[in-house]
This record gives sequence, structure tokens and C-alpha cells, in this order.
Amino acid sequence: MTYLSLSITLIFVLIPLVLSKTLKLGLEKDTMIATVRSIVQLLAIGYVLQFVFDTENYLFIFLMVTLMIVTATLNVRKKGAAIRGITWKVAVTLIFVELLTQGILLGFGITPPTAQYIISISGMVIGNSMVLAILFLNRFTSEVEARGEETELILSLGGTPKQAIHNQLTQAIKASMIPTIESQKTVGLVQLPGMMSGQIIAGASPVQAVQFQLLILFLILTNAAVTSVMLGYLSYPTLFNERMQVLKTKNGK
Amino acid sequence: MNEHYKPAIHFHQVQYSVENLHILKNVTGSFPEGRITTLVGPSGAGKSTLLKLCNGLLSVDSGDIFIQDKNINEYEPVELRRKVGIALQSAPMVRGTIFQNLSLPMSLQGKTLSEAEAADLLEDVGLKKELLHRNTQDLSGGQRQKVSIARTLVNRPPILLLDEITSSLDRTSTQDIEELIVKINRKYGTTMIWITHNLKQAIDVGDYTWVMMEGEVVETGESELLKTPENERVQRFVKGEGE
Repeated sequence: MTYLSLSITLIFVLIPLVLSKTLKLGLEKDTMIATVRSIVQLLAIGYVLQFVFDTENYLFIFLMVTLMIVTATLNVRKKGAAIRGITWKVAVTLIFVELLTQGILLGFGITPPTAQYIISISGMVIGNSMVLAILFLNRFTSEVEARGEETELILSLGGTPKQAIHNQLTQAIKASMIPTIESQKTVGLVQLPGMMSGQIIAGASPVQAVQFQLLILFLILTNAAVTSVMLGYLSYPTLFNERMQVLKTKNGK
Repeated sequence: MNEHYKPAIHFHQVQYSVENLHILKNVTGSFPEGRITTLVGPSGAGKSTLLKLCNGLLSVDSGDIFIQDKNINEYEPVELRRKVGIALQSAPMVRGTIFQNLSLPMSLQGKTLSEAEAADLLEDVGLKKELLHRNTQDLSGGQRQKVSIARTLVNRPPILLLDEITSSLDRTSTQDIEELIVKINRKYGTTMIWITHNLKQAIDVGDYTWVMMEGEVVETGESELLKTPENERVQRFVKGEGE
């Protein structure tokens, strides 16, 4: 695609801008910021990736993956601010998910150990885990607040913190995984995944694109389960003290 | 007041605060073993906090609590909570049926409660056994409170803490519960601490009473003291109750 063609695609930005202005939605400024940011960020990352792919230096691969994990962690921590030590819990979870994924892919020789594969797949894995972690923390903190009396009841009857928080934890894990599972049920029927479409547009055979997409879907399913469960089991003990009492969260609830 | 009785619970200069708010101020006193002691006083006096300290849901800031002559901190939390049962004011339920709620104390220990045992417990608190498989969301406030009491009894705790358990019950149900509590106390020698706003109930059912105001214990003695209190603040409180 030439830069001229790319410029013409800005028509797709003009449409929401006109709609926003006409209907007084007040989204013009945010739309413009989003457009400019996406152009700058994607072009920048395009050149960075070009450089990393050309050099094939593992240090640059490591730095790229680290940047992804740090950015995702900082994004997720805002949603779990009420949980003590949430930053390192999210970071450990994302690092574990990345190591597990790349360990399986590279260990079994499913993908080659090149920057092209490692960085692309890491982006999908970490990005997906980030969304999962946000969904999980949103639901978990609201479950803990809404069912505080139930937690206190179970503790008062001689239950352990794990027993007291079990229902809230499983509910949050299930809720965060449902969108992933549901979207996978209709994949190929309702929507064609972006990565697969991209490969087909770039000239790859549809069957090959599907094979690779299946790999990514299975990865994402594992990531969803591991991210929610690991973050859940790292988070719940910080809600209690050593006398098995409920601690107040940072926002006082 | 308790010189003739062994204390089941003893408070020694107990203080408890939340942020800068002093909930309990230097509370000292004993609750005699095998007797019913009522806790009365206006809202915000620190009565519910005192019960949660005894059950280990909260810990003191300073001072000591002794449960059957042993410092509360020497108990494992789980052991303490099975020894000192509490029926919470809001009668919280876990989602599910009455049977699931009655089974909860046992299932937390990896044990099971038979339907026959659960039915007996229900009848003890004046509910029909046919209700056993009814969802707790369909219960009235009074029925929830009765289920809550029955559930607390499953662990057969030697000390029972009752936080306004009859506040949402009608007169007949209140009378049923009062009789039940007295029956349990006499039959098993269970030590009871009962928070109530009903002064007549405190006099009729309680052996002893503590009057608390603004985090302090202002008067203690046999329940009859509520008829002729010595402390002026208590006199005003009792008078206000009758108005």
C-alpha cells in the first residue's frame, strides 16, 4: 500500500468525525487524538520492528518483550489498585504466561526462534492476557465488595480465607474467560480473526493462515485460563491477614 | 458482678479504633460461664465490635481478651471461631437452599450434615422441615434470622454470640427464639452474649447485663439493674427507651 492510498483511508476517520459533530456527541477531540496516536505509534513500531527483524539480535527481542510486559502491567494495575502489591502480581503473571507460551512453541519447534515470530506472538499473548487480567480484576474486586458479608460469615463459622473467597474467585475467573470462549465458538462463522485476514491479504494461502490462526486461538485459550487463575490465586491472600481477618482494601472498602 | 462465676470471656483494658475513631475505650470486664449476658446501649456504642473481637473477626489495638482463661491470640483462628459461634446481625446467607446453609459449618470442615440432622435444627428454631430445600432468597427476614441461628448451632459452640437476632422478628417468633436460647443455655450450659435493643428482653432472658455507651462500659450487673440503674446516663437511656 502506498502512502497516497493510506492517506485516502483517512475517509474512515472523517465519517465518525462528521457523525460526532452532527449528533453533538462531543467525540471529535478524542477521535482526533486516537487517530494521531495510532498513526504515530504504529509507524514508530513499524520502523522499530523493521530494525529488530533486520538485526535478529536477541537483546532487542528481549527489550521489545520487556517493553510489552511493562506497558501491559502499568495498564492493568490501575484496575486492581485496591489489591496490595498488584503491580508485581500482574508482572509475574504476564512473565509466566509469556515464558509458558514461548517455551511450548520454541521447545517443540512449532515456531522458529526468530524475531518475526517471537515478537508477533508475544504481542498477541501479552495483549490478550492484559485484557483478561483487566476483566478478571474488575469482576473480582466488585465480587469481593458485593459479597463481603458472605466472606465474613464463612470466616466466622471457622472457614479459611480460601474457603471464604472461593465463590467470588471462581465467579471472577469464569466471567473473565467467557468472552474468549464465546468468541472462539463463532470464529470463522461470524468474524475472521485480524491476523488471519492480514495473512490472506498479504498473499498467504487461506489454509496456511487458518493453521496459524488455530495455533493462536489455542494459545489465547491457555493464556485466558492461566492469567485469570494465576492472578486470582496470587491476589486473594492479600485480602486477609495472618489472623484470617479481612483487611481493608486501599480504597477503604 | 461475676465473683461467684468463672469467666468464660474476660476483657482487660481493650481498645479498638478504626482510623481515628475510638470504637472501644479501655473495656474491662467478664462474661460468666454458662450464663446469658445481654449487651444493651444505643447504636454506635461498640457492641457489635465487641462480639467480633470475641469471635476473632477483628483484633484489639491494645489490651487482652481471654477465652476460657487462654489469651485469644493463643488460639488458632479456626479453632477460636468454632468455639465462639456468632449469629451476625444481618443474617447473611450463602447462595442456595436452607439445607446448603445449614450444611456450611460441616462442609467447611470436610464433613457432611444429614438431612435428618438439618431438619431437627430447623424445628429447634421453629421452622418447618418442609422448608429445608427452599432457596434462601425466598425467605422473610425473620426466617433468615432463624436459619442463621440454626446454622450457628451446628458447630455446638460452648460460647454463642448473638447480634440483635430478634430485631426483625414478630412477637411470636421473638418469643420462640427467646425460649430456644434459654433452652440451649440451660441444656448445654452454653455461655451467651446477646446484643439487644429490647430492654424487656434483656431483663426477662438475660442473667446479667452490660450497658455500653460511646465505646465504654458504663454499668454492669444483674439484669434487674435495668429497672433501677445507678448511672445517670443509663437512667436517661432507659427512660428514652420507654418513651
